[in-house]
Amino acid sequence: MDPARKRRIRMVIALSCAVLLVGALAYTSFSAASTAVEPSQLLASTNPGESYQLTGKVVDGSVVRAREEIRFRVRDRTNKKSVAVRYVGAVPDPFREGREVIITVRSAGAGAPPHSFIGEKDTLITKCPSKFKESGPAAPASDAKKS
Amino acid sequence: MATVGQACLIFALGFSLYGVVASLVGARTGREALVRSGRRSLYALFGLAAVAFLITEFAFLSSDFHFTVVATHSSTTTPWYYRLAAMWSSQQGSLMLWLTLLAGWSSLCVVMLRGRLRDVAPYAVAVLLGFGAFFTAVMLFSASPFETVPVAPPEGVGLNPLLRHPSMMIHPIMLYSGYTLFTIPFAFAVGALIVRRVDAEWLRATRVYALAAWLALGTGIILGARWSYAELGWGGYWAWDPVENAALLPWLTGTAFLHSVKIQERRGMMKIWNASLVLATGTLAILGTFLVRSGVLDSIHAFVEEGNTVAWFFTALIVTMIAGSVYLVITRRDNALKSESRLDSLLSRESAFLGNNLVLVAITFVVLWGTFFPLISEALTGQKEAVGPPWFDQYTVPLVLILVLLSGIGPVIAWRRTSWPQLWRSMRLPAIIALLVAVGCVLFTPGNGDVAPLIMFVVGAFAIATSLQELWRGTRARQAMTGEGPFAAFRLLLARNRARYGGFIVHIGVAVLFIGIAASSSFQSVRDVRLGVGEQAMVSGYTFTYVKPVAKIETQAGRLERITLGSQVRVTKDGKFVANLYPNRGYYPAVGSMLGAVSTYFAGESTSEIGLKAGVTKDLWVAETPDISSLMPVVRRGDAVFEKAAGQGLNPEARSIFLAAALNGLTARYRNNPPAAQFRIIISPMVFWIWLGSIIVFIGGVIAAWPSVGAVRDRVRARQAARVAKDLGRA
Repeated sequence: MDPARKRRIRMVIALSCAVLLVGALAYTSFSAASTAVEPSQLLASTNPGESYQLTGKVVDGSVVRAREEIRFRVRDRTNKKSVAVRYVGAVPDPFREGREVIITVRSAGAGAPPHSFIGEKDTLITKCPSKFKESGPAAPASDAKKS
Repeated sequence: MATVGQACLIFALGFSLYGVVASLVGARTGREALVRSGRRSLYALFGLAAVAFLITEFAFLSSDFHFTVVATHSSTTTPWYYRLAAMWSSQQGSLMLWLTLLAGWSSLCVVMLRGRLRDVAPYAVAVLLGFGAFFTAVMLFSASPFETVPVAPPEGVGLNPLLRHPSMMIHPIMLYSGYTLFTIPFAFAVGALIVRRVDAEWLRATRVYALAAWLALGTGIILGARWSYAELGWGGYWAWDPVENAALLPWLTGTAFLHSVKIQERRGMMKIWNASLVLATGTLAILGTFLVRSGVLDSIHAFVEEGNTVAWFFTALIVTMIAGSVYLVITRRDNALKSESRLDSLLSRESAFLGNNLVLVAITFVVLWGTFFPLISEALTGQKEAVGPPWFDQYTVPLVLILVLLSGIGPVIAWRRTSWPQLWRSMRLPAIIALLVAVGCVLFTPGNGDVAPLIMFVVGAFAIATSLQELWRGTRARQAMTGEGPFAAFRLLLARNRARYGGFIVHIGVAVLFIGIAASSSFQSVRDVRLGVGEQAMVSGYTFTYVKPVAKIETQAGRLERITLGSQVRVTKDGKFVANLYPNRGYYPAVGSMLGAVSTYFAGESTSEIGLKAGVTKDLWVAETPDISSLMPVVRRGDAVFEKAAGQGLNPEARSIFLAAALNGLTARYRNNPPAAQFRIIISPMVFWIWLGSIIVFIGGVIAAWPSVGAVRDRVRARQAARVAKDLGRA
């Protein structure tokens, strides 16, 4: 076979593979993706069975641990609209009230309180803070002397 | 001190900008004095950055809370060695680290290459100084480490407890070394393209920096994985988080470049590809810093504060880099980047390298697409969506399988062309070993329906066997020729061709690493369980018993650092003792809180210290979340008592003594009445292989990067030639 033709064929095959890969990536990423939402968007509308990647801040005073389950509310970053989340699985060390979290959730379904969601196991991630200062004026850190 | 530091940054910016102009004008007009002056600006940048860096480190070490960055990222209760590392936990400190490393590595490179690449170097120096000017400007106008307050707070916030891990002291330095070292081949590629001199010399001259960057970045990635495994309390080492992916992207294209550069050196082929890879790698290195520092994507790592303007600086830089790279490659494609020869056969080492490159670039594209998918989907549909680890695994697992297979074929296939019988002769033994491993997998591995790990074991064994075979053959051939003993022959074999045989050792390490990843991710047993004292949990035949609680107060410099609550967990198998593990959780006090005197000690950050028994075949891993709810009523009563006492004029010294007694009482209460605690128990096979493989990769990388006798000789000859040329020019 003419070498130039051979090279053209190889090029066409390589480009076809690249186009196929891009097509597959685009298709599967849209079909496998979780919609990234804030609580106010979940309050506006949810589809039963669909999973969402919920992002927001853990509401102060909302964290309740009950045996292996943990319950908390997640609110929008900029307002107070919040949804309830029940979660079983690994809780990252930085998880606490007021901290930003990302968790994959589904609607808790019929029989559950309205606007409540179930977190998928081991999907809870908490933003790793670069610092952990509480709000309020600076005060001495630790008063306790060595015991 | 802060004023001196700020002055250093201002001068650094001035020298950088001057150096860019001097280098460019010098290169354009041929005025050697200006070129030299530009080069000296780079050394000056390094000197000034080093002084600014040391001032910042000294402020951290001496807990000078006049520096805002020190007050918000360190404290007197932070151990001194973590105080040093606290610098790069901040935005300002990490930018300072970036600048210092960039200036340091660039200066080293320019010194080493003095007299070589005389036409390319001035442009490369201009690009490197451009990066220096960029990072200096970002610090001066957006994130200065030298911001001070007139009255220092009595105590700082402290280093995030999650970062108090040995690997976190080195991890950022390695990552940033990787990023900054990758800018050196980038800069020389730009220079080579500008002067249209895209021969193999600039590749040879800068390959060691690409290799060092690859090594440093890989080490940084592994240290991050180790930290995640040991510190984050979830038991994993990789989560496809955008910040993790950011480091992986330039490492992947860098790996591709280190292979394809061989083809250009050998055959003068793939010039466009190599130039594009180097330019892409440099851009991805900046993109990595951008992702970490901008907060543009939702990540577990949020180093970014409100009102962050760094993103705009980085966006401008990345757009400039991409546009400039595309322009240079397109305008040089028909002459300077024209291939000198063609691919002779698909059955050749060039093809294997090309295949390896295509797979690596495909993985890069997959990771890039998945990482930026939230932005892509938002741009296309108006809805922000994200893909998770299963999506990444779906593509990367088969691609990595092909990659490991190719790493086994590459070493035994000849350049230009080979025949099937020749190839079979070279691969016969490794293929038989792989076949035996396949039979072993079918017979002995637990069937969970997932064939990918089994294929990885087989191709991994094949890759290891081919590399070992090549090392063995090389040693035997040397012994036959020189009569040396086996160890001397092996050592000299490595010394004579470091790149080749160091590369084989890297291949062995990579295969071992991926075998570890395949086994630990596919055959892992995880159980989340709540246990009271004396209760047991069974996981994969092991019995985990909560023997007794552990509670103590830990101090630093005479002040409370953290309260530790944990347990002793005894592990047995078939009634036989295996290990005692001590998982615990450290509670750090919240600084500046408005909470009560006692509750403030439970309101800060808390972090897990895992109990781990690591072994060659499996790791026993336990993390604990103590239930402190039973302590909270007592804590609240303590708050009320101290509030009342404060109203009655309790002096600070007496308060400290009573508070210490109260906290001791709390820990004693936890020890005497331990509530049930939540445990995560994981049994992961072959995690050790991941760390072992990484060490092998590191050793192989060092061997490959170490300057060979020939390279030193070449450098000396080039310097002599340059000197002679200069003298002749004068004459």
